[in-house]
Amino acid sequence: MKFSKMLLGACSAIALSYPAMANTTLTIATVNNGDMIRMQKLTGPFTDAHPDITLEWVTMEENVLRQKVTTDIATKGGQYDIMTIGNYEVPIWAKQGWLLPLDDLGADYDVDDLLPAIRSGLTLDEKLYAAPFYGESSMVMYRTDLFEKAGLTMPEDPTWEFIGEAARKITDKDNEIYGICLRGKAGWGENMALITTMANSMGARWFDMDWKPQFDQPAWKNTLKYYVDLMTDAGPPGASSNGFNENLALFQTGKCGMWIDATVAASFVTNPKDSTVADKVGFALSPDAGLGKRGSWLWSWNLGIPAGSTKAEAAKAFIGWATSKAYTELVAEKEGWANVPPGTRTSLYENPTYQKDAPFAAMTLRSINAADPKASTVDPVPYTGGQFVAIPEFQGIGTAVGQQFSAALAGQASVNQALDNAQKITDREMRKGGYIK
Amino acid sequence: MARTVSTRRRLAFTALAWTIALALFFPILWTFLTSFKSEGAAIANPPSFLFFDWTLENYHEVQERSNYFHHMWNSVVISFGSTFLGLLIAVPAAWAMAFSPTKNTKNILMWMLSTKMLPPVGVLVPIYLLFRDWALLDTLAGLVLVLTMVNLPIIVWMLYTYFKEIPGDILEAARMDGASLGQEILYVLTPMAVPGIASTCLLNVILAWNEAFWTLNLTAAKAAPLTAFIASYSSPEGLFWAKLSAASTMAIAPILILGWFSQRQLVRGLTFGAVK
Repeated sequence: MKFSKMLLGACSAIALSYPAMANTTLTIATVNNGDMIRMQKLTGPFTDAHPDITLEWVTMEENVLRQKVTTDIATKGGQYDIMTIGNYEVPIWAKQGWLLPLDDLGADYDVDDLLPAIRSGLTLDEKLYAAPFYGESSMVMYRTDLFEKAGLTMPEDPTWEFIGEAARKITDKDNEIYGICLRGKAGWGENMALITTMANSMGARWFDMDWKPQFDQPAWKNTLKYYVDLMTDAGPPGASSNGFNENLALFQTGKCGMWIDATVAASFVTNPKDSTVADKVGFALSPDAGLGKRGSWLWSWNLGIPAGSTKAEAAKAFIGWATSKAYTELVAEKEGWANVPPGTRTSLYENPTYQKDAPFAAMTLRSINAADPKASTVDPVPYTGGQFVAIPEFQGIGTAVGQQFSAALAGQASVNQALDNAQKITDREMRKGGYIK
Repeated sequence: MARTVSTRRRLAFTALAWTIALALFFPILWTFLTSFKSEGAAIANPPSFLFFDWTLENYHEVQERSNYFHHMWNSVVISFGSTFLGLLIAVPAAWAMAFSPTKNTKNILMWMLSTKMLPPVGVLVPIYLLFRDWALLDTLAGLVLVLTMVNLPIIVWMLYTYFKEIPGDILEAARMDGASLGQEILYVLTPMAVPGIASTCLLNVILAWNEAFWTLNLTAAKAAPLTAFIASYSSPEGLFWAKLSAASTMAIAPILILGWFSQRQLVRGLTFGAVK
């Protein structure tokens, strides 16, 4: 009797301790960018501290990632335990109840250290639904030597008027120097990221408070006309098919006087290994039109856990580590401060070594702080988002409108035609979506 | 009497054939060359054809980042598995349609082909839900099943075309000699249609190897084939052409070698019955 009780006790102890000892495999869907690839190499300290957790990475191109994780979470497929998602998805998915709140990432996580602009984009009803791993805004990168030669001085906070004048003055098409390089490739995250923020700063908005599309308003006409005229006068040939990478290549090879794009580009254009103009680059805030709003966007890559996950505790442990200050210090120790994931924590920008190693740090922080996704437009709007409208329909609408604007840049349609078509497309989709009766 | 072709005409045709062949091969050659460039050299304009600093850095990085052999094994299982399963279904189906046609045979063939006209994304969600419920997501079995279904119309059509070229009298003679249905298909029909079956196999393996919609959408880590391996090297922010080219070269190498060794069989099968 005594022996059988002991046996029963031993079995119970083993059974109870099993979940703690059991090996948990976390499948992490992530995006192919330098910071995420670096993290995959540096997970040693985490797995050493959590020998019961195995990490399985699935790296994908951004659009493939978005399609796969959206399908998986919407159908509760359960293929991924942690998903890398943008600040476009987080508020929409959180509202749907698809994400677990992350308000208990540990005592030393220091959630208040997260940059307020980034944190607010990931928060719904005072709860954080994804932890930021990487953040960016947009800013002006310009060639100091070309500005000097043209007798121009770039202010820290330029206006669109100045940018237009400077771009035209710098342009020397005979020598393949183009005053400005901007995105022209169609897509909601391509040309529309730039044009939407440009429009915000020029007083335009996607929708009024009744969700009526606003492309028939003068502010949009001014924006698109300014963009098309500027690129026609001072942009590179074939600009309607240029995205981030094409403009990066043009800038790095000395063919652009200015480039307005993601702050992350600063580390590329100042890297002498790839850039021929590494020591001739200056930075400024995204321009404004004197209406109180700057054309700065805000993007972050974040780690979230699908609701209903059976591995939530292990996933939280990993996210808490991957987005912590300790991870930043680990990257700095192994790869140098210039390689730490930017744009998420205040403490990083207060670090003197980081400020020294990353000359673009101060401007990146100012750009992120200048972006306000909760009030990005001059007139009131019923939506949030800087370079996007945080509604599920925006991906489709944004890309369709982007195609119209790209056609206008390519000279296949006039500005008025492109705006008319954009208005019709958006109106039709918003009616279909039930926003307009 | 054979038609005489002038030397000049022959030279012109040879030059034209070479030009077309080189134009078709150029993208593969360019991918191969780019895989040995640095990321900076890969985007340089004007591009350098041969005179650049050759490097193996991209292959090193791809090997370090990804488990190539895991993805390749998955591709092998998926493409050969779906081809084998497809043939098991398609050979009897094509036999029935070729030798025992009914008034609806043509309609059935057209209906089968019409399923290829539907954009696959149209049925993504229902298939994803079925796979979720049957626990087939991210499994090799699931991918073999779905690729079999995707390529079945093509296999049936190709085999049907080849079988139609075989005289029915031979099969009838076999039946009169007492061959059962299985024996007739296995010992009489199949040997005569070997070139056709072989080229169907090869084409199906290539189609399954390159299939990039279902293999991307229904896999995560365990069953991800080489298409997922390539897709992981594209990036909208950051230079990636050289690494992507290295990954692509590694992904297409096995199927290119297979195609090279079996090209005679493939051409023979594809032209089977063209000249009577």
